[in-house]
Amino acid sequence: MPLIDLANPTRFLRLVERLLPWLAGAVTLVIAIGIYQAFFVAPDDYQQGATVKIMFIHVPSAWLSMFGWAVMSIAALGTLVWRHPLADVTAKVAAPIGAAFTFICLATGSLWGRPMWGTYWVWDARLTSVLVLFLMYLGVILVWRTVEDPSRAARAAAILTLVGAINLPIIKFSVDWWNTLHQPASVFRISGPSIHPALLFPLAIMAIGFVLLYVTLLLAAIRTEILRRRLRILQLMQAESATSSRS
Amino acid sequence: MSLGPHAAFIVAAYAVAALVVTVLVAWIVADYRIQKQRLANLEAHGITRRSTRPER
Repeated sequence: MPLIDLANPTRFLRLVERLLPWLAGAVTLVIAIGIYQAFFVAPDDYQQGATVKIMFIHVPSAWLSMFGWAVMSIAALGTLVWRHPLADVTAKVAAPIGAAFTFICLATGSLWGRPMWGTYWVWDARLTSVLVLFLMYLGVILVWRTVEDPSRAARAAAILTLVGAINLPIIKFSVDWWNTLHQPASVFRISGPSIHPALLFPLAIMAIGFVLLYVTLLLAAIRTEILRRRLRILQLMQAESATSSRS
Repeated sequence: MSLGPHAAFIVAAYAVAALVVTVLVAWIVADYRIQKQRLANLEAHGITRRSTRPER
């Protein structure tokens, strides 16, 4: 199937129906392997002890919180430039999923911070910029829920998303630009990862599992949103035919 | 496997993540079933899209 065919919602739905069971199976398998590696294979950190195990869910969630906004930004371009309905649908359903992963990132980071830093929260640049990201996700969800006309909501949410994309480099480089309690980047660095391979391997598996989970949830949510829009059209047709039969 | 003196924080972190993901999955699945049911109800009343109508 040529890639352009996927721009057709009906063909897209057909492909998603076939893919979802396989993706769900892959997510379960990869995350199960990741959790086994995290709890039974990976050693404790020499300074943090067993609390390093929180890293295996905190870091993939943090990556996905930013990746989710990047997906929404690409979809926002699709809405504003090409006015493609699948771009609107993707942007809409990606917001609550991204918000959920950002919440996991904040909550697990807080639970990791208490035993390691002595506090659940500190207003440093990294933590604050991620909190801002979470609030922006809630803002986009609010726009979709309050603006009734889907095409107007899509444009408003797209503009908000593209403006909010400025926060992504701020989050990424906050630990370099400012003095923060949060540690600097330790995986995606020009000089290579600074984490020991014994901890990096389970982290990579969990990251793959989380990305698969994100893709599965996104595709399932897109499928539902396409059905919701079909339903809306049918309800409008029903109302129209009821009005014309009365007059 | 020993989780050390901060076991409660580790367990709580995994529990929070599991809970959020479970709620998200349940919400997406339930929403899909609701939309599918509503579509089926409308189609049962003869209201269908042009592309799904049988050709005459």
